[in-house]
Amino acid sequence: MRNVVIHPVFEEWRARARELLALGVPPDKVLWSDEAQEPGLFATTQDAPPRAPVPKVPPAFLDMARRVAAHTDARRWGVLYRVLWRLTHGGERHLLAVPTDRDVRHLAQWCKAIGRDIHKMHAFVRFRLVGRDEATGREQFVAWFEPDHRILRLAVGFFEKRFAGMDWSILTPHECAHWDGSALQFTPGLPRSAAPDGDALDDLWRAYYGSIFNPARLKVQAMQAEMPKKYWKNLPEAPLIAELISGSRGRVEKMLQTTERPAKPAPKNAYLESLMKLNGQQPPAPEEQ
Amino acid sequence: MELQEKLEILADAAKYDASCASSGAVRKDSRGSPGVGSTGGTGICHSYAPDGRCISLLKVLLTNVCLYDCHYCINRRSSNVQRARFTPDEVVRLTLDFYKRNFIEGLFLSSGIIRSADYTMELVIEVARKLRDEHHFRGYIHLKTIPEASPALIEMAGRYADRISINIELPTQQGLAKLAPEKNLARTQEAMGHIRGKIDERHAEKRKPDAPKPPPFATGQSTQMLVGADDSTDAIILRRADLLYGDYRLRRVYYSGFSPIPEPSSLLPIKPPPLVREHRLYQADWLLRFYGFKVDEIATDTAPNLDLHLDPKLAWALRNRAIFPADINKAPREILLRVPGLGLRNVERILRARRYTQLRLADLLRLRVAMKKVLPFIIAADHTPSRFGLDDEALRARFLPPPRQAELNFDAPPPAAGDLHSVRSGEL
Repeated sequence: MRNVVIHPVFEEWRARARELLALGVPPDKVLWSDEAQEPGLFATTQDAPPRAPVPKVPPAFLDMARRVAAHTDARRWGVLYRVLWRLTHGGERHLLAVPTDRDVRHLAQWCKAIGRDIHKMHAFVRFRLVGRDEATGREQFVAWFEPDHRILRLAVGFFEKRFAGMDWSILTPHECAHWDGSALQFTPGLPRSAAPDGDALDDLWRAYYGSIFNPARLKVQAMQAEMPKKYWKNLPEAPLIAELISGSRGRVEKMLQTTERPAKPAPKNAYLESLMKLNGQQPPAPEEQ
Repeated sequence: MELQEKLEILADAAKYDASCASSGAVRKDSRGSPGVGSTGGTGICHSYAPDGRCISLLKVLLTNVCLYDCHYCINRRSSNVQRARFTPDEVVRLTLDFYKRNFIEGLFLSSGIIRSADYTMELVIEVARKLRDEHHFRGYIHLKTIPEASPALIEMAGRYADRISINIELPTQQGLAKLAPEKNLARTQEAMGHIRGKIDERHAEKRKPDAPKPPPFATGQSTQMLVGADDSTDAIILRRADLLYGDYRLRRVYYSGFSPIPEPSSLLPIKPPPLVREHRLYQADWLLRFYGFKVDEIATDTAPNLDLHLDPKLAWALRNRAIFPADINKAPREILLRVPGLGLRNVERILRARRYTQLRLADLLRLRVAMKKVLPFIIAADHTPSRFGLDDEALRARFLPPPRQAELNFDAPPPAAGDLHSVRSGEL
């Protein structure tokens, strides 16, 4: 049995997996684990020794492996290696096409969790205006986010494309990303206290959130399924939720008790008159088949 | 009036429009520009309100002053609601400020009709023009258009917007004549036809290689139908939706259960329809578009309204037990799509997996199929449903929600656990 301890990034797993594959080590003879200590941020990952031949695998497997590597489940390296083995040495080149296979299912679920984490990051990051760059005149924003997995690098391309015209930083506990209009940079993670708490626009946003809510159709479970409470602490609108829910029944009862209002006669307006004339002449609508 | 007060009034006025999509736009982004914005990926819901609806766009009216008197609408001229009006610059500012904080995907702008259709349309377009031309905004813009506006203005709206929409509101002309006397079904459909023509022309898959590129146009149109404001049955609503999908190629028909408004009209029903009716319509809509169902199979002449207790696919399966059980290792796609509890994605997974392996129940469990629902309807390598099960008159009863003590409750019946995901999307 071999113990393989790696710095938990895809490149490192790939390098070690290539070596093991070249030595013909079957998956049940390897125990993978994450390095307990974070190495320095700029520690270089080791490349595979040149002798290790590069195995041929379907491109879809590499895409999956890259994502799965960002997951925090300790079993991921072992499952990845087993699938790699089965693809290359087990005579199961079609393996990824069998979504009901136990290993493939694991990978698919981890990928899905990563996809969801990325999606929620795109949704719930909230930029706060912190100033303006005196030299360039560009607005500068900072956001704080706590993803479940190590997805910052997978998620950050979206922000680069969407917010190219402003300077921004996204801070997470593991790693931070910074954009200045020309290049992305990564620096080590920071604590929550490094990010600003609020923004002058928060009140307007809360006003919008409170007004777009329809008290006559309360569906709290549906809201929480998509916006779990763990995200609330970074959402400026979240403190309103309890009050909106508790006040809704009273608001609806009031609506139902309002006396109905009769129709007012039409005001004098040339357009309205032309419309009513048109309506009088209009042939009936083509009916459904 | 302060900006915040205007925002409160004009967001409140816009909230009865259910449309929230921000997907399906042409891929564009802000790289290399001084502005912000990107579209083209899947839409993102940046927040959720306690009504379970997603918040992806800044959804406001330019003004809630309106000449029309649509009785289901809080903004009709007979309503006593407080009125407000944004300047185009105020909407532009709000959109950009919210967007840069990652609160929203873009703007959904609509308006009460003031002075005339063309005058109103011009104001709405002016907001979009400023966002696109002056501020290099490349985020999502959805503009509501007015069927009576001149074709040139609709074309201009389509040029700035990613999506445009006209609300049909009610599925029949009789309903409109009674509740929205200024509106007309034929004119609405005619305008939709015009928009469809533009969309087809600009997004034709094959164009002559040297033909000049036409100016941009929105990639899709959608509409909304109110449910429960008039006495239209689900069959009438679904037939209208089917016609709009077929003849006008709408991207989406939204169903909005009529809900009480603070300024009720004497012409409206007092009791709103149960929220679950809207949910069943969305499920039926999905069956029409992705599962190969026809309206007549879902809502029949004898039962023109959907069963509120069962999802429409299960209800159909229980009425058509003869075609089951379906063998998941052999049945063609069309049949698998009709098995209650099997969604689009799992059908695809089953089709792929069975080329290499005989599928057993454990495989379905791994795909997280709702076993209780599928078991009576399928054959797997290690499962044959009891022959009596499918004929059993009690089969329907098995799927009904357990009886509950009635209580005085204004809330809608809670959705079943499995329904939760589909509340928003309508996906089965």
